[in-house]
Amino acid sequence: MPKLTIDGREVEVEAGTSILQAAEVLGIEIPRFCYHERLAIAGNCRMCMVEVANSPKPVASCAMPVADGMVVRTNTPVVAKARKGALEFLLINHPLDCPICDQGGECDLQDETMAYGYDRGRFAENKRAVQDKNFGPLVKTTMNRCIHCTRCIRFITEVAGVPELGATGRGENMEVTTYVEKALSSELSGNIIDLCPVGALTSKPYAYTARSWELKKTESIDVLDAVGAAIRIDSRGNQVMRILPRLNDDVNEEWLSDKSRFACDALVRQRLDRPYVRRDGKLREATWNEAFTAISERLKATSGARIAAIAGDLADAESMLALKELFTALGSVHLDGRQDGVKLAGPRGSYIFNSGIAGIDRADVLLLIGTDPRKEAPVLNARIRKRWLKGGFSVAAVGPKADLTYRHDNLGDDPAILAAIAKGEHPFADKLKAAKNPMLIIGQGALTRTDGAILLGLARKIAETGGMVRDDWNGFNVLHTAAARVGALDLGFLPGIGGRDVEGILAGAEKGDIDLVYLLGADEIDMARLGRAFVVYQGHHGDAGAHRADVILPGAAYTEKNATYVNTEGRVQRTRLAVFPPGDAKEDWTIVRALSEVVGHKLSFDTLEQLRLHLSAVSPSFATLDRLQTVDWGAFGAEGTPASDPLVSPIENYYMTDSISRASKTMAECTATFVGCAHQRSGTHG
Amino acid sequence: MLHDKDRVFTNLYGLHDWRLAGARARGDWDGTKEILAKGRDWIIDEMKTSGLRGRGGAGFPTGLKWSFMPKEVGARPHYLVVNADEGEPGTCKDRDIIRQDPHKLVEGCLIASFAMAAHTCYIYIRGEFIREAEHLQAAVDEAYAAGLIGKNACGSGWDFDLYVYRGAGAYVCGEETALIQSLEGKKGQPRLKPPFPAGVGLYGCPTTVNNVESIAVAPTILRRGAAWFAGLGRPKNSGTKVFCISGHVERPCNVEEEMGIPLRELIEKHAGGVRGGWDNLLGIIPGGSSVPVLTKSICDTVLMDFDSLRDVRSGLGTAAVIVMDKSTDIVRAITRLSKFYKHESCGQCTPCREGTGWMWRVMERMSVGRATVEEIDMLDDVTRQVEGHTICALGDAAAWPIQGLIRSFRPELERRIAEARANAVAA
Repeated sequence: MPKLTIDGREVEVEAGTSILQAAEVLGIEIPRFCYHERLAIAGNCRMCMVEVANSPKPVASCAMPVADGMVVRTNTPVVAKARKGALEFLLINHPLDCPICDQGGECDLQDETMAYGYDRGRFAENKRAVQDKNFGPLVKTTMNRCIHCTRCIRFITEVAGVPELGATGRGENMEVTTYVEKALSSELSGNIIDLCPVGALTSKPYAYTARSWELKKTESIDVLDAVGAAIRIDSRGNQVMRILPRLNDDVNEEWLSDKSRFACDALVRQRLDRPYVRRDGKLREATWNEAFTAISERLKATSGARIAAIAGDLADAESMLALKELFTALGSVHLDGRQDGVKLAGPRGSYIFNSGIAGIDRADVLLLIGTDPRKEAPVLNARIRKRWLKGGFSVAAVGPKADLTYRHDNLGDDPAILAAIAKGEHPFADKLKAAKNPMLIIGQGALTRTDGAILLGLARKIAETGGMVRDDWNGFNVLHTAAARVGALDLGFLPGIGGRDVEGILAGAEKGDIDLVYLLGADEIDMARLGRAFVVYQGHHGDAGAHRADVILPGAAYTEKNATYVNTEGRVQRTRLAVFPPGDAKEDWTIVRALSEVVGHKLSFDTLEQLRLHLSAVSPSFATLDRLQTVDWGAFGAEGTPASDPLVSPIENYYMTDSISRASKTMAECTATFVGCAHQRSGTHG
Repeated sequence: MLHDKDRVFTNLYGLHDWRLAGARARGDWDGTKEILAKGRDWIIDEMKTSGLRGRGGAGFPTGLKWSFMPKEVGARPHYLVVNADEGEPGTCKDRDIIRQDPHKLVEGCLIASFAMAAHTCYIYIRGEFIREAEHLQAAVDEAYAAGLIGKNACGSGWDFDLYVYRGAGAYVCGEETALIQSLEGKKGQPRLKPPFPAGVGLYGCPTTVNNVESIAVAPTILRRGAAWFAGLGRPKNSGTKVFCISGHVERPCNVEEEMGIPLRELIEKHAGGVRGGWDNLLGIIPGGSSVPVLTKSICDTVLMDFDSLRDVRSGLGTAAVIVMDKSTDIVRAITRLSKFYKHESCGQCTPCREGTGWMWRVMERMSVGRATVEEIDMLDDVTRQVEGHTICALGDAAAWPIQGLIRSFRPELERRIAEARANAVAA
């Protein structure tokens, strides 16, 4: 390992490290604009110049690999002059419109200028003017401010994998642009807003709404897909202003998908902010007491065998456990937390992403089954692409044809192919055998089919015969789309003995065998099949469930409660309350707890802490936060021949998958832009 | 003065047949097989001994450059790339070599490629060179047809392919790494060094990029011996060189001369002298637009080679001698060069992208005196903020002419400012 001296201090780093990284090890900060540790090195901003002994010119430290015996100085007059010079050049054509710039207060250029810049300008010419570009509904451009660091281009090309952004023109006429005013068709496009060191790329929905220093920052996790990305909720007063990613190398690195970032405008739209009770066919505002009384009267008149509960995709573990206990106390076994009918219930290893998202980095062969990870979990898809870029990684898919942003071999969408692979009759089986760390990802597109259990069984067979399940490696991975699902499976929000699953509950309601259905944020079931059942809807958005409900109990969205979610890897994580639920709405577990008292089956916990202790008792996995745990493996899935219907992805429109994103104006604009409207636009349209 | 017997480019003026038959009559392709038979190490050693320094402008010893290539071919093939993207204002030597003596280049490509174990060579020719590209392609085709290149080139057992690739007219693509980018079909922007092309070049493979003239003189050096070439000129500045004389001379021309010839002798012998006599001389840019201008007093005595010109804080560059007599508006002339560099900056790195435009705008004002005396120092400071801080040498090239102007013609700048001020006050 080369040893070098930086500012008189010795440091030993790995070969191939850049001077800038070596300086970071010592805690010496070198200013930079274009350098980003997760992107290719561009070396174009010339801000990170340092002096290296025996080099006639200052060198760009981000691009210069260390060498043994190198002597680097970062605090000489030459370096100070180089930094001042680079900053002066960056500023001559920068508009200095900080007072009206959304980046103001969190701008690298502002900060570095404060630290290293001249205190006055010498530039007396006219500044450059650049036409703004249309990057679509999410990213606002103010191209006058662009300093041409090319971070956005590198991100979109390398990480997002949609080569739609580039630079045209030369010299000072160079402009960052999409190909002919095309909106960026990436599910990760919002990240270029974070990457942009100046205010050239800012958030369109957030534009001019707040200043960064007014915002309260709450660290939380995202629940709009099952990845559980680390986020920071920025709020002002009682409103969420924006959502940004946080660093979590094991999950989302530092990226966030567009839905998770931009759907937050829906947190003030379509909200259920007070209880409602249906009277004379119409939902009317009510007090909590009236709502609880209405439910209690119904429950008293109905036997436990004729009531059921379904938990939706955004339900947190605490409220599910509370509801499960309440229904058990009421004598019901008809519980299901799998509103999409997914055929998962076995040992924990059968329903989580066993290798972990970071495990993708170690895999060398990947089989995708009935999944389009780009739509189902864009951040996870970027991780696959990152692995693919490193080389020595082959990807095959049995499922829908899709542009996944990396080359892969689509073996077809016929489930029979899986049977062939499992039997070793398909050429891909040999590839698996030859692999060191083979991996499969089975998606909800396969598991929610009526023959999902058979497909799951086939996947298990492929995993076991393909060498994916070993002591040191488990490459059997289930990719969920709902943040609530793994939690529901962990705590057993599932039909009891003789209980009905979602299909059974709906069939029962249709036939009149089920009289009361409690929907805990379940909106994605066929409401028409609830028949004449009395429907209680507890949730936060006026979506399908609330429309059908007879009683609405207003709950809290994920930004408004301290709640536990388990991501697709089985990682137990907690959201934190950033703002309070609107109006009369309450945190969800407290609603169930209060209801239990009214219906005469008072639950045994009074505080969140007690409930969480209880949660750990029900399922020990909840006792370990934020870390992956060893899981048990066992027999699961069914034997049989799968139906020949093609495998499809469960997500048609990435931008609208849950009650929050469906209520979002931004997501509606994205849908119109990217998913396409039904009618063709004519040349004179609009 | 160079004797005719020591000339390398014997058809520089196109008086003879440029095709294969003519080239053979002038001695090209003579004993190429025997040269190759002497082996790689011998060729590189001869090139080192000859003292040939790269003719593209930087003057890096060619033999040494060749020796940087990996000795053995690993998993990645080696490439030779010939830089025929001649765009330096004032320079037109490669153009005439390709037009009148293309076989010298083709033969040089074979020998140089063999010396560096490259089976493939690309000639990246400037897009504007239409006829030249045609001649070059014709020469390549002739050489293929005659078995001089291609499979078992010249019967040496070495397989060699040569491709002519036409650029699209960006000056910066004459920078070796930008040229490689462009050759790969990417936007012509210089790459960061390290890694150097000898390690990671074209398509990520070991690559050497050489100027046309450096490659075209190689066969003659190897035929006549390194000692002959080293015996011309001065130590470390040996051999012959094609000078391009343009501007205010009686007969602008390209001429091959011995390195180290006095500048005055060069102009008076070959170009008919400065228009209106030597005393009418204002200044000379001795090596293409990017080197600082020399005042007459320096021009009186300076020798035309790398080290002499470096000693007077200018450079030999591409040996494009741009002569300006006293009718020249020197400030406007340098302003025009600034505009050129502003136009040709690739825009990748900050100092060049922003600095070239700034410098040009200030120069525009300076040329009419619409500036202050303090701004002269500011301009000089800005050029130093660009110089040495960029990815490639274009930033330096944009800075040096202005530095030269301020160093040599500061009184003229100040005079204009004072004059403009006086006029403004009078009006």
